[in-house]
Amino acid sequence: MNQGQSSYPEVGTARVKRGLAEMLRGGVIMDVVNAEQAKIAEDAGATAVMALERVPSDIRRDGGVARMSDPMMIEAIQAAVTIPVMAKCRIGHFAEAQVLQSLDVDYIDESEVLTPADEAHHVDKWAFTVPFVCGATNLGEALRRISEGACMIRSKGEAGTGNIVEAVRHLRSILGDIRALTVATPEELFAWAKELRAPVDLVQEVASRGELPVPMFCAGGIATPADAALVMQLGAQAVFVGSGIFKSEQPEVMAKAIVEATTHYADASIVAKVSRGLGAAMPGAEIDKLDVTFADRGW
Amino acid sequence: MKAGVLALQGAFREHREMLAALGVAVTEIRTPDQLGDVDALVIPGGESTTMAHLLESSALREPLSAAIADGLPVLGTCAGLIVLAREVLDGRPDQEPLGAIDITARRNAYGRQRQSFEADLTIEGLTAPAFRGVFIRAPAIERVGDAVEVLAEHNGRPVLAREARVWVTTFHPELARDSRVHKRFLEEVA
Repeated sequence: MNQGQSSYPEVGTARVKRGLAEMLRGGVIMDVVNAEQAKIAEDAGATAVMALERVPSDIRRDGGVARMSDPMMIEAIQAAVTIPVMAKCRIGHFAEAQVLQSLDVDYIDESEVLTPADEAHHVDKWAFTVPFVCGATNLGEALRRISEGACMIRSKGEAGTGNIVEAVRHLRSILGDIRALTVATPEELFAWAKELRAPVDLVQEVASRGELPVPMFCAGGIATPADAALVMQLGAQAVFVGSGIFKSEQPEVMAKAIVEATTHYADASIVAKVSRGLGAAMPGAEIDKLDVTFADRGW
Repeated sequence: MKAGVLALQGAFREHREMLAALGVAVTEIRTPDQLGDVDALVIPGGESTTMAHLLESSALREPLSAAIADGLPVLGTCAGLIVLAREVLDGRPDQEPLGAIDITARRNAYGRQRQSFEADLTIEGLTAPAFRGVFIRAPAIERVGDAVEVLAEHNGRPVLAREARVWVTTFHPELARDSRVHKRFLEEVA
């Protein structure tokens, strides 16, 4: 048997941080507000849970300043499940991010759903061992977040609405621009970088790979199995479901159904099978009737 | 040779690309009928509890177990190792592993993501340079049966093992941009 020479383990490398995002592909990350919901999510086959005090639709309803969750609540959820636990910090609030890292959360979401703490700067995510996910509405925003160290991008959609229209708009915008980059000439890529307000080396990398250098998931408005199938077919690699599960009539059933639809997204007969008898999805909202659009937060 | 990659959830794309780069025809497996015509199978990393659910709901558990018992070569990485193990510690009570290799695996044995790491590994049968092992919320192999051969260790813990045509790794060879583990698996089981 081999005696196993060992090098000193290296933590927090880009490969290790992006690696967890690769492992979450094809899965569903569910918003939960307590240990009981976290158990329901894990029982249904969630790949991870997002621990937060209020789901986006309640944040929207209540108004006021939305902040990082109470560490006690995050710890209770960590104790309740064996799958990865993510938590949100406010945009630019690096002290909240430091707290979340010290709590050993598995991923930090620097999220527009919370009230921004900084109107010009996002967190320097390279400074952390724990990986970050950030939202984006377009390719430039995605590349700026990656240049700051984000290891996963999620299209923002419009959280807490149960309305998929914004998620579709953002996915189509990001993926459409990536397709355009793949056929651009070298001099056009410099112009693209200026237009996107993104580093030219990242623009060149995306042009040659035909995709972002980190996994891209979809969030914001997914409320049914067919919504998950739609965004997966459009090119999302996994989905975040926020209010869509625990604001539906039968959360356990809805959660399982969205998990199956995300795996079998290209097989309409399976999506049909899991869509039967789900009860009411979360009540939705029209985008032009909203007081606040979360997706506009982020710079 | 035609290889299948179980594509219920996780890093199946990286495996598919690595196998394709080795010149193997690759197909993604999500339903029982897709399992029929593959000569080898990879079960990727991902979330093992999710995969356990989806194996049931996709009616793949029984046919997969039967195919492995009939001699289908299989490589399980990380979550794939947990799916294939005889016994799983720190799992969910309903997470019944397939028992295809006589090992006891402990989930998340190194801790949470902050403890995820990469390190150089010496793998029996591979010449220098060292293989870069990427460990993401990795499991540990805590016991190996008499018929199990350990091909690599890290800090005294087995990280690559095989029993007959079932190979398992606690690390992610598909993330290392180094196809030598896949190549060796295919050569030995072909």
